[in-house]
Amino acid sequence: MFESLSDGLQSAFKSLSGKGKLTESNMREGLDIVQTAMLEADVSYQVVQDFMAHVSERALGKRVLLSLRPHEELVSIVHSELISILGPVDPSLHLKKEGPTIIMLCGLQGSGKTTTCGKLAQLLKEENIKPLLVAADLQRPAAIDQLHVIGKQLGVPVYSDKENKNPVKVCQAGVEKAKAEDARVVILDTAGRLAIDKELMAELQRIDKRVGPDQVYLVVDGMTGQDAVNSAGAFNEALELDGVVMTKLDGDARGGALLSVKHVTGVPIKFIGTGEHFDALEPFRPEGMAGRILQMGDMVAAAREAHRIVDEKEREELEAKMASGDFTLDDFKSMMEKVAKPGLMGKMMGLMPGMGQFKDVLESDEAAGGIRQTIGAINSMTMAERKNPKEIDAQRRTRIAKGAGVQTPVVSQLIKQFEVMKPLMQGMAGKGAGDRMKMMQQLQSSGAMNDPNMQGMKMKKGSGKRLSPSERAKQKREREKLVRKMKRNRK
Amino acid sequence: MAFWRSKKNQDDEVPQSKSTASNDAGNEIRPVDVQTTASQSGATSTEGSSKSSGPQSKSGSGGLFSKMRGALSKTRQALNTDIRDLFKAEGRLVDDKFLKELFSRLIRTDMGVASAEAIRDDVAQRLRARVVSLEEVLETITEQTQSMLIQESTGLQYAESGPTVILVVGVNGSGKTTSIGKLAHHLHQSGQKVVLGAGDTFRAAAVEQLTVWAGRIGCEIVTGKPEADPASVAYQTVDRALSIDADVAIIDTAGRLQTQTNLMQQLEKIRRVVEKKIDTAPHEVLLVLDATAGQNAISQARGFSDAAGCTGIVLAKLDGSAKGGVILPIREQFQLPVKFVGLGESIDDIAAFDAAAFAKALFAP
Repeated sequence: MFESLSDGLQSAFKSLSGKGKLTESNMREGLDIVQTAMLEADVSYQVVQDFMAHVSERALGKRVLLSLRPHEELVSIVHSELISILGPVDPSLHLKKEGPTIIMLCGLQGSGKTTTCGKLAQLLKEENIKPLLVAADLQRPAAIDQLHVIGKQLGVPVYSDKENKNPVKVCQAGVEKAKAEDARVVILDTAGRLAIDKELMAELQRIDKRVGPDQVYLVVDGMTGQDAVNSAGAFNEALELDGVVMTKLDGDARGGALLSVKHVTGVPIKFIGTGEHFDALEPFRPEGMAGRILQMGDMVAAAREAHRIVDEKEREELEAKMASGDFTLDDFKSMMEKVAKPGLMGKMMGLMPGMGQFKDVLESDEAAGGIRQTIGAINSMTMAERKNPKEIDAQRRTRIAKGAGVQTPVVSQLIKQFEVMKPLMQGMAGKGAGDRMKMMQQLQSSGAMNDPNMQGMKMKKGSGKRLSPSERAKQKREREKLVRKMKRNRK
Repeated sequence: MAFWRSKKNQDDEVPQSKSTASNDAGNEIRPVDVQTTASQSGATSTEGSSKSSGPQSKSGSGGLFSKMRGALSKTRQALNTDIRDLFKAEGRLVDDKFLKELFSRLIRTDMGVASAEAIRDDVAQRLRARVVSLEEVLETITEQTQSMLIQESTGLQYAESGPTVILVVGVNGSGKTTSIGKLAHHLHQSGQKVVLGAGDTFRAAAVEQLTVWAGRIGCEIVTGKPEADPASVAYQTVDRALSIDADVAIIDTAGRLQTQTNLMQQLEKIRRVVEKKIDTAPHEVLLVLDATAGQNAISQARGFSDAAGCTGIVLAKLDGSAKGGVILPIREQFQLPVKFVGLGESIDDIAAFDAAAFAKALFAP
């Protein structure tokens, strides 16, 4: 398959660059590619059909602006259509003013209900709202223990009754306890069940009826396939859902099931789970999800990933240095070392719009070798040289190159690159994390998304080092391979 | 071959064309028609049965595509001339709408776009503008999938001597611990001495969960402290298995996403440590896949195979409405056979993989 949707679309629309309108015939190939991308992302077939009909209706007859290429036009239509379907955003828990708000979590086995319970509790705790967790999963062995451990870790009370085998009673008792203890939110962790298991679904309905939760959330595994329509439909029929939480989106699953779930239930998507730790629950952002489903990358997620690898204190120090222009090659080295972690660079590139094609290149041994060389070169410099690379003359360069066991041009390139980078970094620094996030978002919405190959931005692509002829040749081979592959696929 | 059985329709037709139609079923080449028309033998029922025992193509190896092509040759034989289509009571014209419907049926199994397209295109190439029944085409596809899935060895690979070590890996919530419980019970029932290793030291109460299972089965379990190094638990488990002369040691691991590089490296470490204790171990590395999973399962199979060297799949949660068709591309790409299927939460809900039943359920409406 194509590394990204836009690569495929680009080739499909090659012939009609910047002319005319989007018509049914010239769009067909492009729409097929969009459809394939969505099916590959596990969006259910029927939902894809409806969506495609919608998109082609919207795109039909649309003039292709001179400034835009047709594939960009179509991508932007698809993207915005996805956003409008996945929205609107409503991350609020709708807490009641008085008395405890009851939130019930339900879903299939292994979808992540208990973990989500902990994450929601953490979220509430951060807002100084007192939650109470109720262990109503009486099916799975040790599920009650699991919730207790989570409660202990978070310092949140957990209600359970191991003697009682009736989840309805357990939930009712839990709510009573919350009232007595003045907890503002009760989270019911129900047992995982199959949508086709009538008995257990009826049990869920009984809880719903007798306990009367204010909010019922369906927890859906981000890796779910075509079955999402069936299970979400069954849960939605049995209960009146108020929201959806999608979990396990920290991996490489594209999460197309979310579109199916949204289509079937029509309720807002509240949160997405992006990790095993309790703070890894994020308010849902349709923009990011749309990019993910279409494999167009997600700038915001990339920025967040970058934040994650550098711890806060280190980051602040680094930033202060950047802002003041004190950024030295030593700092550069430590940054490189962080980035050089296996697999990380590829992941980052995968998240960035249009950079997907570099993923494999960067994950290659060659790229890792390049970073190693750079680090080696910096290691061979004296402290003074690292602070002030300007004083590195030809003689010193030769010495450094020898010490690091690299060719002299590698050292020259490194220094040159560093000089170019420094003022850029100075510009980036000095803004708060929020500002930067906004900058990223602006970048994302301002058309960087629609121009996935960043043609509009005259920026050097790549790993942060200049490409050697052999690497360039390799990239060219990669590109040609891709084109051949696309041709094959089209047959 | 439903359309051959439709006697009523054929009785309405002129005798001449009736025999042309029925005789063609057994014979492929057109000149034969002339001969048989002359003989005028029109026993429709025997024709039908001779058809079903007629030549079938059997391609030994090759990909899904070529196999499918082989499978469809049966349909092709039955549908050699367009004229015969005229006398069918049921059936539909193979057109875009038909192919779209077929495609949607295939996609619904989670087999992925590439596999579904290969099958659809093959059907299109062979049968376009013909009249067939969708169910029948699916039947042929089912048969073919089944023969593809019937594998040389679906059972566990046991060590030649000493305990057999089974490492169980998978993403979070795929059903590892439950599958281990059921598998251990299954082995215990068949008279084998089983030791469990609670290697999931990360998730809250995972150790307790497996301990509950061990209690139910009545087998031994090795546990480490919470947050302990899972590799050390694995080591101790194998150690224990050796010292009590157990037949099987099953080691649980924490759920992890295949993209978490450091956690995948941990799996490699567990493997190494186990190998240190017994040269040939682990004898089986079972990847637990959630049957509800979509195309990401392919990435899972890749990631876990790279890190842990998977030898087989346990397809969990197959008792729901999900079909688990993603194992088709996985089998194609990684030659990973499915060894067991999980069919529920109770202790007996595990079964050896049955290709016939699976294929049948896969394409059932």
